[in-house]
Amino acid sequence: MVAGLVASDPLAQSWELAPGVALRPEPFGALAYHFGTRRLTFLKTPELATVVRSLGDHPDLRTALAAAHVEPRYWNAYSKALVALADAGMIRPRETSSV
Amino acid sequence: MGQFELGLDAPICLTWELTYACNLSCVHCLSSSGRRDPRELSTAQAEAVIDELQRMQVFYVNIGGGEPTVRPDFWHLLDYSVAHQVGVKFSTNGVRLTPDRASQLARTDYVDVQVSLDGATAQVNDRVRGAGSYVTALRALDNLAEAGFGNAKISVVVTRENAGQLDDFKRLADDRGATLRLTRLRPSGRGADVWDELHPTMAQQRELYSWLLANGENVLTGDSFFHLAGFGESLPGLNLCGAGRVVCLIDPIGDVYACPFAIHENFLAGNVLHDGGFAKVWRESELFTDLRSPQTSGACTKCQHFDACRGGCMAAKFFTGLPLDGPDPECVQGYGEAALAGDRVVPAASQDHSRTAPTKSAPVFVPLGVGPVAPPVHACAESPLAGLALETV
Ligand code: SF4
Ligand code: SF4
Repeated sequence: MVAGLVASDPLAQSWELAPGVALRPEPFGALAYHFGTRRLTFLKTPELATVVRSLGDHPDLRTALAAAHVEPRYWNAYSKALVALADAGMIRPRETSSV
Repeated sequence: MGQFELGLDAPICLTWELTYACNLSCVHCLSSSGRRDPRELSTAQAEAVIDELQRMQVFYVNIGGGEPTVRPDFWHLLDYSVAHQVGVKFSTNGVRLTPDRASQLARTDYVDVQVSLDGATAQVNDRVRGAGSYVTALRALDNLAEAGFGNAKISVVVTRENAGQLDDFKRLADDRGATLRLTRLRPSGRGADVWDELHPTMAQQRELYSWLLANGENVLTGDSFFHLAGFGESLPGLNLCGAGRVVCLIDPIGDVYACPFAIHENFLAGNVLHDGGFAKVWRESELFTDLRSPQTSGACTKCQHFDACRGGCMAAKFFTGLPLDGPDPECVQGYGEAALAGDRVVPAASQDHSRTAPTKSAPVFVPLGVGPVAPPVHACAESPLAGLALETV
């Protein structure tokens, strides 16, 4: 669990792809591979892949979701998927200058 | 797992046999290796393949053979691959894993090493892998452990003769900080000649299944035992044949097959040199397009275990002469045994690099006839993709 590192609301957290992780586009979405742990994770929709890819460009998940035109009613589900990705070591909380 | 079945832009589990040359001549060799093929890819051609894998974002490649380390440019290709973001897992019989090479490997990131061992004792191992091969493998594993190479793999093909040694294999691995990897014996290559005598009995399969459930967390299987799911719950990992969908083989001359266990012209999709490159063969070949279209599964679709087993292994059916749309020869429902007893024609091999004259250390495999050689597994006494935790988000 990364809970200790993460703001209580994942939507308000800044995220980035963890070092050593590569994303490969696939027809269904993307594959994420962690070269260090050799873990492989399926991102099952193109939208999720877009959001994950752009995490580092946005101050928080909420902004990343809005920029990817994800409807707010799905944000909770995205939030959960992101926390699962963080638990798998694929993404990590990012220090931001504003914090 | 719908996303698998329709195919991916690049394979997940790509095996690349670098050479058919081998210092050993194991009786069950999946690629009938021994002699080097004169058409073997050159260093420059191999580098071009790696460049293409990098462009396709193939995250890692399983390098095998033959014995890959007998290629003089093996260590160069390994470094070249890692430097191009293609991780390497290689399988070896250990012959070249000197203390120096072991410390070189310990200093290299993104390399996994699998040392093959098919018996927990020299007696059981050398009978199939050849005289001295047990000592060679253990020396390699000890060199790796002493060099501080973390988490080497001991790769075991489960046979009728070693199925009773699973705990001993586990101990051999634990003692060296290594991980045990168990895989299924398929009737591929020279394996076709010995499969009848060497494949585990139904009772052993059941014991193996229980053993995997009890030890599964710490043992790798390359997802090769999904046909045992019918004994109860599914084993973790990919529960379907990935040939041409997630799995693929590039052979030493650049031929692309649907699976490392399916080296036969029926499963040959093309060649990386002559058919426009690996990406084109992977994405566009007729064979792979076919394998990705919905498959018919005949009698299996009525089986209650179909969701978990999907009719088992394509290669196992093909090389035992069973129909591809029927049950696996080791079907836990017993349908395979019945099918094996019926009329069938075992297909002739379409290639063979076995040495014609036996070497001094070549195994002399004399079928022992009735009864298992090793004691059966005591009551209660491998993710896809070998070592890979697979999950979906
Ligand atoms: S043919 Fe057999 S070994 Fe090859 S991918 Fe299919 S199930 Fe696995
Ligand atoms: S009948 Fe087919 S699906 Fe059922 S257990 Fe046997 S091989 Fe698997």
